[in-house]
Amino acid sequence: MMENNGFSSPRNDSFPAGLRVLVVDDDPTWLKILEKMLKKCSYEVTTCGLARDALNLLRERKGGYDIVISDVYMPDMDGFKLLEQVGLEMDLPVIMMSVDGETSRVMKGVQHGACDYLLKPIRMKELRNIWQHVLRKKIHEVRDIETLERVESFQMTRNGSDQYEDGHVLCGEDLTSIKKRKHIESKHDEKDTGDSISTKKARVVWSVDLHQKFVKAVNQIGFDKVGPKKILDMMNVPWLTRENVASHLQKYRLYLSRLQKENDFKNPAGGIKQSDSPLRDSAGSFGSQNSINLQHNDVSNGSYRFSGSSLVVHNGDPRSHDSDRKRLVSTPVEEPKRTFTVNVPNPCIPRSSQMEFGHPLAPPQSEVDFGALDSTFPTKYPWCGIPEIQLKKEHNPLHLNDEFSHLPLPGQKQLTQADYPQPAPAISSAPSLTPSHNEYRSNVNHASSTAIAVDSSPIQTKTNVANHQAIELISKSTPSLENQGFNMNSITEFESSRKNINLGMLPFTTLEEDLQVCWVPGDCYMNLGLQNIEVLEYFDPGLITDVPVNLNDGLRFDYEFNDPTEYSLIDQSLFIA
Amino acid sequence: MDRKQLQHQVASTRRSLFDQGYLDDQFIQLEHLQDEANPNFVEEVVRLFYSDSVRLIQNIEQAMINKSNIDFGKLDDYMHQFKGSSSSIGAKKVMKECSKFREYCYAGNIEGCIKIFQLLKQEHATLRRKLETYFQLVKQAGLAESA
Repeated sequence: MMENNGFSSPRNDSFPAGLRVLVVDDDPTWLKILEKMLKKCSYEVTTCGLARDALNLLRERKGGYDIVISDVYMPDMDGFKLLEQVGLEMDLPVIMMSVDGETSRVMKGVQHGACDYLLKPIRMKELRNIWQHVLRKKIHEVRDIETLERVESFQMTRNGSDQYEDGHVLCGEDLTSIKKRKHIESKHDEKDTGDSISTKKARVVWSVDLHQKFVKAVNQIGFDKVGPKKILDMMNVPWLTRENVASHLQKYRLYLSRLQKENDFKNPAGGIKQSDSPLRDSAGSFGSQNSINLQHNDVSNGSYRFSGSSLVVHNGDPRSHDSDRKRLVSTPVEEPKRTFTVNVPNPCIPRSSQMEFGHPLAPPQSEVDFGALDSTFPTKYPWCGIPEIQLKKEHNPLHLNDEFSHLPLPGQKQLTQADYPQPAPAISSAPSLTPSHNEYRSNVNHASSTAIAVDSSPIQTKTNVANHQAIELISKSTPSLENQGFNMNSITEFESSRKNINLGMLPFTTLEEDLQVCWVPGDCYMNLGLQNIEVLEYFDPGLITDVPVNLNDGLRFDYEFNDPTEYSLIDQSLFIA
Repeated sequence: MDRKQLQHQVASTRRSLFDQGYLDDQFIQLEHLQDEANPNFVEEVVRLFYSDSVRLIQNIEQAMINKSNIDFGKLDDYMHQFKGSSSSIGAKKVMKECSKFREYCYAGNIEGCIKIFQLLKQEHATLRRKLETYFQLVKQAGLAESA
């Protein structure tokens, strides 16, 4: 399976071509125009004149669409309502459109979870880049799940639990989470900060304890009968809101279903199954996944989310979910302890959070480079945050357009729902990262990690181009950031060893398979050699090892991935971003 | 008229539509979308717009019938829709009138709305004629070409 090189599936090969878009607009003229525009972007388009029809379609074909574009005004249902529903039920990125560009409307869109807001008349160039949102979401998802896994694993292993105690954060999609990351120590702080942001979903730091309570409540109620309200009541945490629980539950479900899938799959790469049992045993077993995941995920997923502690590397790629799963399961519980000696620890989170690789235990390492980052970033940011920030810089350019233009820019990103990684303020430090970027390149080999100085410029330019490639290739390894996709680009530029790329680069599938192969729980990791390890912090160590294998194939980026080392550096710097 | 002359005419007619402010950049976007798969894309879109605007216009007129009891919110929504639709083909002058209408709406001035709406319909109809003429020319030039 894996070795797909990423070319195997049509989607992978030419991402974002083939992106499955659902367009909802009651205006038939616009519907026709948008359909044509999207087709010209090589996307797969489905049109809908009614919101109800759209919801039905989405429900009937779960997983059948990658992104939804909807007009704000529709006769049968308010566009914002549709937006909410889609977000809750399908968790797909939704782009809103309207002739009206009033700030209040745009704000409303963002608050309801829109990942972008386009003004009519819409230009084709604006539609070309919508794939970013899909990628980003995948990365976040991976990250969140990894975090969850990590939390779980902590519970299970109790290793370094103290380390993670504070650092546990769900590297969330929200920009607000960036803020939260600053206060990794105190989940409450973060909560407060997050709450202050008027987004629909306030980000909460799900610490080990909190997650434990959550799982306990879920198990008590019975997974089948569970609901946010019931959980909330049972958890008895006064400051927690129903929305917090709902979104956490969603991630948890995703996590479990991934585990489920992985169990069902044969994981060639390596013993993914092994850990199945521990992992699947209960909700709590999640954590062990991390370690496993790293390995596989990294490779294939590319989308590592570095959310922090869990090293689980997920493929951001929706398609690769299944494959991810495999990866996830790959390492048995004991993994954490051993393999990731490397630095898997979360790069993102200075503190103990583990690397996304799913290495639940690797806390210490993560700290590593964050320190370095301090100078450039607000150190506190958990790993997840960093990349985002970084991306922010890059992100803007990448964004190529417009989409962002009407959204509050990074600085205000907090308003944006989850999808935008850019932690606004931090990003400004990005420029400083650039130089480090170079450093990273060289450092990659060593554990210096972290700062992945993603060069914004390369990213920008490349982003569009590279993204395609990167995404394919890297999907697997994307370091938790959304940016990952972007980072990848930059990384590719750096050519870091393929490995690196895998790490975080493409959330979308292609790499997955490749990665999988390489990863052997724990073992692979070793093979890679340490250089990559550094990177591991952010990525799954496994990835690194795998990387060589897959990377080459996967990397298909336009850019050359030449030097793994560089890559790792980059990764690190990316994180720092 | 020979092919060349027809082509000239097509070009100058087209240019004047832009110069006189009837159409904006969106129309050019539509032209760019036209390709082998959809060789008459622009014309199709324009036709679709005009056929759909019948119902939009009806909605607006219905909402203004009872002058003593006007739901301006609803009226504004309808006009918002109409404006959005007009933006799809780049109907510049029509959109200008739409904006003016919404201002009157906002001010609760029904008389103003009614007056503006008349102008709006006129612009709407004028553009339609011009575009029909233009498309006919295009066809002729095309035919002349293949001849």
